Amino acid sequence: MTPRVGLYAAVATRGFRRYSTYRAATLAGIFTNTVFGVIIAYSFIALWDQRPSLGGYGQAQALTFVWVAQALIMPVGLFSGGIVDELSDRVRSGAVAIDLHRPIPLLWWRFAEDAGRAAYHFLTRGLAPVLVGSLLFDLAWPQRVSTYGVFLIAVALAIGVGFGIRFLLGLLAFWVIDVRGFVVMLTITQVFFSGMVLPLVVFPDALRTLAEALPFRCLVQIPADVLLHEDTGTTVLPLLGIQLLWLVALLVAGHLLTGAAVRKVVVQGG
Amino acid sequence: MAVIEVTDLRRTFVVRSKGGRLRRERREVVAVDGVSFGIDAGEVVGFIGPNGAGKSTTIKMLTGILVPTSGRLHVDGLDPSRRRTELARRIGVVFGHRSGLWWDLPLRDSFALLARIYDVPRDRYRTNLATLVELLDLAPLLDVPVRQLSLGQRMRGDIAAALLHDPPILYLDEPTIGLDLISKARLRDFLRDLNAERGTTIMLTTHDLVDIEHICRRVMVIDAGRLVFDGDLTALQRVGGATRTVVVDLETQLEPVRVPGTTVTRVEGPRQWLSFPAHSSAAPIVSALAAAYDVVDLSIQEPAIEDVIRLLYAAG
Repeated sequence: MTPRVGLYAAVATRGFRRYSTYRAATLAGIFTNTVFGVIIAYSFIALWDQRPSLGGYGQAQALTFVWVAQALIMPVGLFSGGIVDELSDRVRSGAVAIDLHRPIPLLWWRFAEDAGRAAYHFLTRGLAPVLVGSLLFDLAWPQRVSTYGVFLIAVALAIGVGFGIRFLLGLLAFWVIDVRGFVVMLTITQVFFSGMVLPLVVFPDALRTLAEALPFRCLVQIPADVLLHEDTGTTVLPLLGIQLLWLVALLVAGHLLTGAAVRKVVVQGG
Repeated sequence: MAVIEVTDLRRTFVVRSKGGRLRRERREVVAVDGVSFGIDAGEVVGFIGPNGAGKSTTIKMLTGILVPTSGRLHVDGLDPSRRRTELARRIGVVFGHRSGLWWDLPLRDSFALLARIYDVPRDRYRTNLATLVELLDLAPLLDVPVRQLSLGQRMRGDIAAALLHDPPILYLDEPTIGLDLISKARLRDFLRDLNAERGTTIMLTTHDLVDIEHICRRVMVIDAGRLVFDGDLTALQRVGGATRTVVVDLETQLEPVRVPGTTVTRVEGPRQWLSFPAHSSAAPIVSALAAAYDVVDLSIQEPAIEDVIRLLYAAG
């Protein structure tokens, strides 16, 4: 495959612009994320008042976790939607035939588009609530500038993993007509095991072991850990490694499954 | 030279239907059943037939998103399903009831993106866009998001989108569906010009037979997966046993007139309807009428292809 960086950059830019046209939706989203964040923040304050240093986090760290999680909900597609709905709708309506007519692989095209969308959501529905959160609460921000750089890498990988999971789910539409049930199932699993509801560090051992074997912690827990650890070496690199492994695994699976889906359509006629 | 060559093309589908409570019946449905044809570069071919006749299935195989069950198939020298991506650069595809444009983005952005997807060189893109914008009257629409376009506007946008990369072959699947009369007429004019000026080979499916009359020199009729007719319009009329009608207004009310080669199908006061085979000339009939009767007024009605096709289906 020839490198077509310009093309993918253009696709990503369009992904960004697509979402930036809906300003009212963005504002409503920012408001929702902020309110959501405030509610969780107060319940975390209550929890950490009772059990200081629960899971190894101080209260400020726990609150930082809350706002980082809020910032990541949209970029990583924690509540699903976006690509899953679009892809499954296009499969169901047959519009996917148009996508297959394009001389560009479905996976990379969708990845680029989702990256553009995620960038937009990170800058708006990610940063704005965090700004409000940092005004309302005492958060534990890292001192070192480099930590923020590593954090951004972790966020980028989280976005990729989030895409990989939802792309696979969207492809399911080639085999099951209605993927909504699966979407609900995934959303619940994803929200729980990403650390969104409660940081994985406070999970009981057995559940925590399970959570660590799943890709979902790459979405929230790992980026948050990278930010909270303030350490760029031994603790953080393996975390990024885990994200990278999941990203590669999911993209390979996405590639293989796309091939199978295309063969199914092309050979069986859908 | 034939750009599209199809030999004994066949495609079957397996349909599963509920047979009993748990049992599922597997049934094989033949969608395309041994179709053969060739299309030369620069031809405009209308592909018609009732719903479920196999039109779309054939188009899908020609574009490579469906593998034939058997038979041979070449488009611009390529086996479509094996070299789908390569072929995609040489064909333009427009589906009347689906859009290849980005819903949320201005038309201009969709075009820019497609130009990149198809690697259209910058200069070429600029010239092509300028031409298409002018011919399809898209200038006022370029900055409008696709979701705000009317159906006719969107269709023009989709057609421009399919032609940005200069495809020598254009497939249109029901391009005029849902359009009003003026939009239809504009679209037909555009397609005729496109074919005349660029020599683009056009294959279109439609249920609107006026499309065929206006654009296509050749018609293929498919029914139940088989090609039942392949030829020009006049030949189709002959095969279908179509008739033309002379409507004549006489000076006075008369018995049905007698003119060789015609039959009177209707009499209404001084007005009479005389039908004759569609492929024969109206001139001798008109002069015979004028010689023998006092004619006040006279007009000739062309056969509706709908009727021709209905006759063809009935005969086949």
